[in-house]
Amino acid sequence: MRRSRAFDATVRQIARRYSAAGVVAAGLASALPVPAALAQGAVSDGIVKIGILNDQSGVYADFGGKGSVEAAKMAVEDFGGKVLGAPIEVVNADHQNKPDVASNIARQWYDVDKVDTIMELTTSSVALAVQQLSREKKKINMVTGAATSELTGKQCSPYGFHWAYDTYSLAVGTGGALVEAGGKTWYFLTADYAFGHSLEEQTAKFVKSKGGQVLGQVRHPLSTSDFSSFLLQAQASKANIVGLANAGLDTSNAIKQAAEFGIVEGGQRLAALLFTLAEVHGLGLKSANGLVLTEGYYWDLDDKSRPFAERYMKRTGRMPNMVQAGTYSTVAQYLKAVQAAGTDDTDAVAKKLHELPVDDFFGRGGKVLANGRMVHDMYLFEVKKPSESKAPWDYYKHLATIPGDQAFMTVAQSGCQLAN
Amino acid sequence: MTMIFGYPLPALLSQLLIGLINGSFYAMLSLGLAVIFGMLRVINFAHGAQYMLGAFFAWFLLRYFEVGYWPSLILAPLGVALISVVLEKVFLSRVYKLDHLYGLLLTFGLALIIEGMFRHWYGTSGQPYSIPSVFTGALNLGFMILPIYRGWVIVASLVICLATWLLIEKTQFGAYLRAATENPTLVQSFGVNVPRLLTLTYALGAGLAALAGVLAAPIYQVSPLMGQNIIIVVFAVVVIGGMGSILGAVVTGYMLGLVEGLTKVFYPEASSTVIFVIMVVVLLLRPAGLFGKE
Repeated sequence: MRRSRAFDATVRQIARRYSAAGVVAAGLASALPVPAALAQGAVSDGIVKIGILNDQSGVYADFGGKGSVEAAKMAVEDFGGKVLGAPIEVVNADHQNKPDVASNIARQWYDVDKVDTIMELTTSSVALAVQQLSREKKKINMVTGAATSELTGKQCSPYGFHWAYDTYSLAVGTGGALVEAGGKTWYFLTADYAFGHSLEEQTAKFVKSKGGQVLGQVRHPLSTSDFSSFLLQAQASKANIVGLANAGLDTSNAIKQAAEFGIVEGGQRLAALLFTLAEVHGLGLKSANGLVLTEGYYWDLDDKSRPFAERYMKRTGRMPNMVQAGTYSTVAQYLKAVQAAGTDDTDAVAKKLHELPVDDFFGRGGKVLANGRMVHDMYLFEVKKPSESKAPWDYYKHLATIPGDQAFMTVAQSGCQLAN
Repeated sequence: MTMIFGYPLPALLSQLLIGLINGSFYAMLSLGLAVIFGMLRVINFAHGAQYMLGAFFAWFLLRYFEVGYWPSLILAPLGVALISVVLEKVFLSRVYKLDHLYGLLLTFGLALIIEGMFRHWYGTSGQPYSIPSVFTGALNLGFMILPIYRGWVIVASLVICLATWLLIEKTQFGAYLRAATENPTLVQSFGVNVPRLLTLTYALGAGLAALAGVLAAPIYQVSPLMGQNIIIVVFAVVVIGGMGSILGAVVTGYMLGLVEGLTKVFYPEASSTVIFVIMVVVLLLRPAGLFGKE
């Protein structure tokens, strides 16, 4: 007891001494002349810091994860490592798919670590929370990993941008293709949080608008390893299509177990509504072949998409999916906007991000809408059979290109109130 | 069609069977935990990692040595048991005399390191492992489609649980073990090598986890996360059954699998929490667990 009181007193003493030092330092600083470059306010704190916040250890770690961090670093290196004469730094953290953890990190980054913008933000519930916080703190956030179209809908922000894809584009792409192929009745297996709900709702809406019918749905918790009981319910529904409104390892496990229960043999078809190259690689072509999926990028699409992928492969040993390639694109575009604005001031950069066209290997002829949505072409792919795959990572057949204005909602449709 | 609580009977029956399959995994894993806790008084948090290692071992054998499922059922548990012997000798044997908390922290740390390494090397979307060809296909039971492999899992787990129980309750080795738990000094004075007995017990528990891992490999993606996903539930099972009670672990494992299966029919959103609700209730009413000694 005595010891802890003495300890407390010491701590208090130290705190007092240092706070006094802080006041002195602040006084000195205000009295001293400010260096010319900083006085013009080109770059606040003399450094541009980009934070990549995503899932690095859970079900979505391959979906974005460390790969996105590497892609962001590549974008910075390609930009020359400096913007307006100030160095650029990439910091990253694992949010464990928990909105509260993510908000704490984001707060620390903005308030203490002088991070200028937060990007990637896999997991919709996390992205919505961080976008809300960024808006309060008046900072720019650019989302590639999360899916919910709410980010540019009712919960849009003047400083929020949404890049690679969204639930609407997945519904239009994969949902549309399967309805056209005769999938008239649907049963959904849905991840029970913001993303799953939004994906299910939009796909269901799309299916109904094309004359299809939704027979039911079952909601499962995030990171479920056993899907058998949900699959049995889907099987009993006798729907043509079993729509998997989940992502990452959850979808892989659901597909693998669906094969066990003979769902596809029984004449039902699986719709993996959000499935990317990373998950196809994990599942293997033997289980994944025949799946139809929508992505905003495929490494082997054409000559424009390949160089980045090959460099990325050299650094990470894997090929990038749309989240990782999209993260490169957001970092590059942010730096261009800072350059064009001549400052890293949030309002000025956000204005440039809305104005500048996006034209890189990822967002070809892309444009940013008033609600922050980056509109670009999406692609419909079918996963190859093992016999059709000629090389490692040769996984997709390109079925169709969905033009940007069909793949994404207009501002009016989105329900975002900012534009008015 | 017969209805129960507004649900068709076939749907309920099929969910009960699914629950039994999941219960098989819970039973096998909680069995290993109970054996280790019962004899070593160590709460083995590395159990999930050992289960994951078993699955990865099988995957390695298939991928790099073309060794199939059947030999893996023996080789993978042996391999993981060997690794665990090293872990026990180097680390765990040093904390027996300390508070339980140290063993828990040590094994928790080991689990984090092992899982972190595998995550670094293999990512989280997992590696594929196919169902052995004898077990491909499914049986139509009338009320449900039962994949043959899952049927095998139920049979295998019952055999494993029974064999472990017999080993500990009915053999000379088991008698030594139980005696060493009661009074290690006395048993040692009869010329029994107690430290070696403890090492073997830890290896046995870890081997059981690895065996469950091999059985799980064809059903789930072989992923570094597979242990984490299941281990917390398994701990709840052990607590509900009564720490260290082998019979309790097995019976509770199957029982909770069934409860979880039913929850998936009536209110699927709660399926991941129902077990913990039961745990809270049991801890309030019977702190020693359903089968524990007061």
